[in-house]
Amino acid sequence: MAFLLKDLIKKQAPLASGHRMCAGCPAPVIVKQVLMSTDHPKVCTNATGCLEVATTIFPFTSWKVPWLHIAFENSAAAVSGVEAAYHGLANKGELPEDMKNAKFIAFGGDGGTYDIGIQALSGALERGHNMLYVCYDNEGYMNTGIQRSSATPIGANTTTTPVGSQSYGKREIRKDLLSIVVAHHIPYAATCAPHDWMDGMKKSQKAIETEGPAFLNYFSPCIPGWKIPADAWRKLSELAVKTCFWPLIEVENGKWSLTGESKRIADGKAEKVPAVEFMKNQGRFKHLFTQKKDDVLALIQADIDRSWDFYRKMAGY
Amino acid sequence: MSSGRFIAVDGADTAAFAMKQIDPDVVAAYPITPQTEIVMKFSEYVANGEVKTRYVTVESEHSAMSACVAAAAAGARAMTATAANGLALMWEILYIAASYRLPIIMGVANRALSGPINIHGDHSDAMGARDSGWVQLYSENNQEVYDNYIMALKIAEHKDVMLPVMVNQDGFITSHSVENVEPLTDEQVRDYIGKKPAHFKGLLTYGKPVTIGPLDLQDYYFEHKMQQHTAMQKVLPVIKEVQEDYFKKFNRKYEIIEKYKADDAEMVIVGMNSVMGTVKDLVDELREKGVKIGAIKPRVFRPFPKNEIADILKNFKAVAILDRADSFGSFAPLYAETLAAMYKFEKRPYIRSYIHGLGGRDTTMELLGTVANDLIKMKDSGEGHLSEAYLGVR
Amino acid sequence: MKEQKKSWNELPIGGSILEAGNSKNYFTGTWRTFKPVHNAKLCINCYFCWMHCPDDSIVIENGKVTGMDLDHCKGCGVCAEVCPKKAITMEKEEK
Ligand SMILES: Cc1ncc(C[n+]2csc(CCOP(=O)(O)OP(=O)(O)O)c2C)c(N)n1
Repeated sequence: MAFLLKDLIKKQAPLASGHRMCAGCPAPVIVKQVLMSTDHPKVCTNATGCLEVATTIFPFTSWKVPWLHIAFENSAAAVSGVEAAYHGLANKGELPEDMKNAKFIAFGGDGGTYDIGIQALSGALERGHNMLYVCYDNEGYMNTGIQRSSATPIGANTTTTPVGSQSYGKREIRKDLLSIVVAHHIPYAATCAPHDWMDGMKKSQKAIETEGPAFLNYFSPCIPGWKIPADAWRKLSELAVKTCFWPLIEVENGKWSLTGESKRIADGKAEKVPAVEFMKNQGRFKHLFTQKKDDVLALIQADIDRSWDFYRKMAGY
Repeated sequence: MSSGRFIAVDGADTAAFAMKQIDPDVVAAYPITPQTEIVMKFSEYVANGEVKTRYVTVESEHSAMSACVAAAAAGARAMTATAANGLALMWEILYIAASYRLPIIMGVANRALSGPINIHGDHSDAMGARDSGWVQLYSENNQEVYDNYIMALKIAEHKDVMLPVMVNQDGFITSHSVENVEPLTDEQVRDYIGKKPAHFKGLLTYGKPVTIGPLDLQDYYFEHKMQQHTAMQKVLPVIKEVQEDYFKKFNRKYEIIEKYKADDAEMVIVGMNSVMGTVKDLVDELREKGVKIGAIKPRVFRPFPKNEIADILKNFKAVAILDRADSFGSFAPLYAETLAAMYKFEKRPYIRSYIHGLGGRDTTMELLGTVANDLIKMKDSGEGHLSEAYLGVR
Repeated sequence: MKEQKKSWNELPIGGSILEAGNSKNYFTGTWRTFKPVHNAKLCINCYFCWMHCPDDSIVIENGKVTGMDLDHCKGCGVCAEVCPKKAITMEKEEK
């Protein structure tokens, strides 16, 4: 189903203003895209991280849906518990009318998802809860001051992979979380980039309406973490897709496909842009340019080419 | 009125049976010896449709407690069970369960916390969690396990309390010993626990969107801790009220601290859980020989019944405190807290600490006999006062 | 705004917040160094700014963008960046 902005603006936004996310952080936009994609009653859980901290500083909350945070590594276990409560109450005829057909959505950053939370995520996916897990991937532990995560790309300068005389930043390639998730044989998994809001909302809607577990990995540029201007997220989200750094993928019942610009690139209808175009205006990669680390830039391009080839093949190209 | 019907079960099955009668909305649990039998038995109840519970077979204890917190925060009755390393893996979330004021019930089949790894009974697991904000009930035998479970729910969900409750029983010694238990009937339990009280509301049942678990900084965190502190202080009166009501309804008498042949005693042995069965046997034996000895058994360790225990102990000449856990580098837990509670009196009994039974080592009549001999010596001479022993260590 | 903070026995238990979306009462507009200025003449009401605004600060009345909620807008400038008609410009905040 297509979404029309003229209809969406009439609905209540799920997150109120007055939250303390950094100016220009797209995570609230991701929440908006996910939660506005269906009209079901929704209950959310959130891992510790920027989104949780900055939207619920007591006595203020920005959330207009029922929302729970427990800890860093357990957003998926938390959503399992809420979903179980739904069924437990329903079994006894104690589920309130306003919660009939409720949907359960977990949010977590890449640290809370790829790293410390991967066990809880894997458990929840395997158990088959009727839920959606959304990772907003800003490629680092931003809440604690920009440390590397297993989602941080090679070459990035972070506070635990600082650039130094013996270091060009992070040395390891990103973990392929999507493939890990897909290996659980869940009905729906996809990647999204918030500049392509229509793609993101369609995937969110499918993910929420799918019976059983679903997963979205949402690209989320970070203003202070990537050392980029406050108005940069949209452009960078677009470039991440155009360079195939962040392909738009959908895996429905094990069938992989590409969507949006990624599909156009795979179909030969659009150019795959060189990775430097995505990297050159980000402070976290600046040293690679000022120190002329062409070898590292080549490594990054090679890594993107490798993963793009893999995803293309998976999608039948 | 009690049911008058007995079943022969071990402590773990007793716990599972009580859980079945409570029929919680959600159970999320993970197996660990010696608790495993609780979850296996409960799984059978689920498999046979004997409960309406949604059972979540989580992938770890961390997720078990997380799912229980979430379920309770959603407005559901949630229960789990664990032991030792499993309880340790829950640690972080135990504090959060209590802070969010969620009336979760958890059975613990007390087991030594590694290492080296050991599967047998001691209290190092529960004692480590004593500052997590959970109410801790202790059970000497299977009947107490049963009654503690049923009362735990009433205590946890009381409007002045709204705190999680841990029901402890000794791993193997209780969890795997078959005894006769007289349960209430299903109807009795159902009527007794009733529906969830109106003040117990959550994400699914509030009727409006609420935020649970926000970031709580310097300007409000302290106030929330004060609420928690105050709730904990209300627990003992609530337990008393619940125990009295339980007695009235089912003719089963429980007190926060059980006194056994203590009225005219000069000396007492204080301890918790299964060892107190053996202590009582010893008391019986010595009483026949004319030794004025008794036993004191706190059933509640959190909140610590400090005034109750001090008022009971103050008139004895000599007191031995049995701890089935060490607090390395300090006083053993029950001993430490008893000492602190006694400080308010000028005249205090001679008192001595015994750490016993670590890693499931049997605390025999013979060993306890040496404790009694120590007490007999200490009561007149003061010899051994304030000393600390590892009972029976080679 | 000098607010009287509640004492422990006046707060809901457990740290819960019972008023959804009450962060509206917290003003992040003071963070701004640049402010968005909306030109209704150029605006085609495509609502791209609304979709991209992280702070729910695009004011829409009867289907028309009428300006920004300056109590909350942090001045990130994404609305100006995304506007296809350059109907939003960022101007230095005068304070
Ligand atoms: C068990 C535990 N370990 C560490 C932390 C500290 N911590 C809080 S948030 C965070 C990083 C969050 O990173 P991510 O999940 O990527 O989310 P982001 O802050 O980037 O949005 C860390 C390390 C914690 N709260 N709990």
